Amino acid sequence: MTTTKEEVLPRLIDIIQPFNKKDIELTAATSFANDLELDSLTVMDLVAEIEDEYDIILPVNMLPDLETIGDVASAVAEIKSK
Amino acid sequence: MADLFDKFQPLIDQYEALRGSGLRDPFHLQMDEIKSPTRAVVNGREIILVGTYNYMGMTFDPDVIAAGKKALEEFGSGTTGSRVLNGTYQGHAECEAALREFYAMDHAMVFSTGYQANLGLMSVMAGRGEYIVLDADSHASIYDGCAMGNADIVRFRHNSVSDLEKRLNRLPAEAGKLVVLEGVYSMVGDIAPLKEMVAVAKAAGAMIVVDEAHAMGFFGENGRGVFEAAGVEDDVDFVVGTFSKSVGTVGGFVVSNHPKFDILRLVTRPYVYTASLPPAVVACAATSIRKLMSAHHKRAHLWQASRKMHADLRGAGFELGTAEAESAIIAVKMPDQQTSAAMWTALIEEGVYVNMVPPQATPGFNLLRCSLCAEHSNEDVAEIVARFVRAGQAVGLPVSA
Ligand SMILES: Cc1ncc(COP(=O)(O)O)c(C=O)c1O
Repeated sequence: MTTTKEEVLPRLIDIIQPFNKKDIELTAATSFANDLELDSLTVMDLVAEIEDEYDIILPVNMLPDLETIGDVASAVAEIKSK
Repeated sequence: MADLFDKFQPLIDQYEALRGSGLRDPFHLQMDEIKSPTRAVVNGREIILVGTYNYMGMTFDPDVIAAGKKALEEFGSGTTGSRVLNGTYQGHAECEAALREFYAMDHAMVFSTGYQANLGLMSVMAGRGEYIVLDADSHASIYDGCAMGNADIVRFRHNSVSDLEKRLNRLPAEAGKLVVLEGVYSMVGDIAPLKEMVAVAKAAGAMIVVDEAHAMGFFGENGRGVFEAAGVEDDVDFVVGTFSKSVGTVGGFVVSNHPKFDILRLVTRPYVYTASLPPAVVACAATSIRKLMSAHHKRAHLWQASRKMHADLRGAGFELGTAEAESAIIAVKMPDQQTSAAMWTALIEEGVYVNMVPPQATPGFNLLRCSLCAEHSNEDVAEIVARFVRAGQAVGLPVSA
């Protein structure tokens, strides 16, 4: 079964919304560090939520490559399609 | 031209503000004299040390000092070589023998620091396509070792057995897995539920490492660590430790019963590509380790002192990191960084040294971390608590004797 980035994105944005303390518009281009300004503890909580939602593991060593919400959507889609 | 130091500017500003506030600088305290494991002289005044890792008070043990002096004279000041070249002396072998005996395990490997032991073990034991599953609050050396290797790194929530289990269950059943736990977590002084965690890790087919840095010497009947106290000795594949805490010198180690363990001496870069410990250091360590085996009275006193100090600080109104004393580390929570710095300074004025731990190093707390030593007397504990109360009142905390 394949999952696409486009399928993942809307639900992913819903999951990220509670972490959007600055209430900015969330799109595939939103950056976690620069736009959402998440600290490392919050990132851990968010990663756990995403992992639980999709029943996957997002390894810590992969996180530096996931700069934007779109990057995470692609990564989730790829892992789900494996 | 870009100044590569620019990236540190926010930290420089924060640090300057702390120093400009008239408070003392907690990160550059100089000990001019060390009188004993519990006393030092700072600016001409004697202070009680309540922030060392000298849990078992071995640094001035006469037998340890004598062994170090003898080795210094007979084997010289340093080895000038790696363990795998000219850097393995009789003393290194003797130190590994002492560790094998202390832990009742078949193999022991001595590194130049505990930091390097973790770098080495994490970077080689799990490779590409394999997994390291670690507690989110793991020590920096564990994280750095993971970053050095090629395994996929999976974190679980601090001390959560169910989160560990959930994550293990999401990994491919056939993939190699290493679960990394610590006996005592050094920031707050809480211990891991090792019995439950080891059971969950074993059920998932993982190998298990326990870092017992802050537990060696006083947990378990033989002082081996929390894994001994929890009764899981037969299920733990590797124990990591350090000589820089209860042993009272410097160095690190890994012990194991795995029959193929010794191959690690050839493949572990932080073991191969650095000089071995000086002869005096391994001689001190071996002597100290052997004495720790039978240090039952010291263990008992350290526990009693830790429980007393925890109860009395809590009774005085301080907020502590754990509900009961779980180890010899007692973390006192401060409401904010400013109060933490003021309280630290007030304690130094009172003649008490503790560690000021900024929120970056902890799960978001401002902590004044106390650690006791088996050489702290009951009178010392009473005096430390009295000074804590006076310092607390001086900075406006709601505490009373
Ligand atoms: C849990 C843990 N592991 C390893 C180390 C490293 O020990 P060493 O001081 O020997 O490098 C420490 C000490 O800071 C520690 O707290």
